[in-house]
Amino acid sequence: MWKGVLKFGGVEVGVKLYSALENKSVSFRLLSREHREPVRQVLLDQESGDFIQYGAAGRGFVQGDAIVALSGDELASLEPEPSRVIEVRSFVAPELLDARWFERPYWLGPDSGEEGWHALAAALERTQKVGLARWVMRKKEYVGGLRSYRGYPMLVTMRNREEVLLLDATDLRDDTGVKERELAMAAQLIAMMEGRFEPGSYADEYRERVLDLVERKKRGKTVKLPEPEEVAPVTDLAAALERSLAQEEARA
Amino acid sequence: MPEREQLNVRKRRPVWSGTLAFGLVTLPVELYPTVRPGRGSLRMIGPTGQPLARRYYSESGKELLQQDDIVRGFEVGDGEFVLIEDEELEALDPDHSRVISLDSFVPLSDIDPVLVENTYVLVPGKDAAPAYRLLVAAMAEAERAGIARFVLRDKAHLVAIVSREGSLRTMTLRYHDEVRTPEQIGLPEPEPADVELIGKIEKAAGKLTGDVLDENLLRDEASGRLEQLVKRKLSRHEDVHEMPAEDPDDEDDFEPTDVMELLRRSLESEGKRPG
Repeated sequence: MWKGVLKFGGVEVGVKLYSALENKSVSFRLLSREHREPVRQVLLDQESGDFIQYGAAGRGFVQGDAIVALSGDELASLEPEPSRVIEVRSFVAPELLDARWFERPYWLGPDSGEEGWHALAAALERTQKVGLARWVMRKKEYVGGLRSYRGYPMLVTMRNREEVLLLDATDLRDDTGVKERELAMAAQLIAMMEGRFEPGSYADEYRERVLDLVERKKRGKTVKLPEPEEVAPVTDLAAALERSLAQEEARA
Repeated sequence: MPEREQLNVRKRRPVWSGTLAFGLVTLPVELYPTVRPGRGSLRMIGPTGQPLARRYYSESGKELLQQDDIVRGFEVGDGEFVLIEDEELEALDPDHSRVISLDSFVPLSDIDPVLVENTYVLVPGKDAAPAYRLLVAAMAEAERAGIARFVLRDKAHLVAIVSREGSLRTMTLRYHDEVRTPEQIGLPEPEPADVELIGKIEKAAGKLTGDVLDENLLRDEASGRLEQLVKRKLSRHEDVHEMPAEDPDDEDDFEPTDVMELLRRSLESEGKRPG
């Protein structure tokens, strides 16, 4: 939990950040097969063959074929000034932000008085806009989106521009090879499979199966592996679409 | 330089490859990431300025380990592990390990960004461009996301596949119980607030509201300062070392542009059919 003050245009609201994520994946350790013990990660200097301690390793910035070494002092000089301010600089419609930008969501709870927080929650819910915010948390600079989710204020950290932008410049649309009849059948098939997305209806059953596998192996049971079935790619699109439509119709 | 050639091929290794199924239409596909992992290009370096290689080491064996010497383990007691092989994980759900099967199509607005974990792009495999183009066109027209499940490494993912700018993007989604609820955190329930205060906040937000996204607001200022410093040192040839021809940790050096180029080529080589 981290405390900050949300600020924009004369508005100041004290907030607490709580991670909204809970990792439920089964976590494994990496082991040496021979010795059945956890492996150790090491940093290897390939020139000398020496292992370098994490604390002793320097930092370098890769630029093309060059690597520029940076001293501890130089890196420290780049660190942002510590601050508690979460500054919102602009609000935009949510459609302008691709989901790829977003990284980690945090719920915002009230800090020092609930009145401002209740008003913030109400205002965000009414406007349905996303505020672009900037703050420094634990020596790191963040850019994030302030929004309402399920009626509560939420701040979602965003990946930086350099991490995601490159894709958007590439438009590969080209329908010239697509046949009208196939497109119509594909549209019909999509329509037959229409539904709403209800996150609550999907459970991670695989997680249970993994734990079950562990349990069986622990009791010394051998596990029989099924032969994987190969799926052949379809060459006659129209025929495959026709059969798919017939199959969906039979199911309905 | 043959080494460079090989390196590029390795860099383009997909995170997953298998079959995409739409009804009985099946096509081979490969999945590539669309964001660079980690931030910037800061690397750990040794005393002479060369990048260090991250490797795994066995204490008992006193040796460096190769990929084949390493296996997943699940701790069942103090220092006691059950070994789990890749094939065993795959066998837990063989259908979803090899096939991404689109089983429903939902409105795009049903996919809240909070649920989106990571975004990948699907690239058609051999002879699959026509089916890929057809799906791109049909899904764009329907303005719907295809929902599917598949297993990537040791996790079963729920994914939403959308057609965007001629490609099929695949977003892995968080399961509903992986996003904590405000109740779980113990947040107070929203109450009717002071109308004047709400008005003041809305007005302040309204003044800052724009119709376009100023991408400069998303720029990471820390990276900017770092780049300035690097530029300065490069121009003075200060602490500049040569990058080895073969990067010891090439996974950190992924370029999304390579992937889009790969997609463009695989679409163009066989995208058009006679007739």
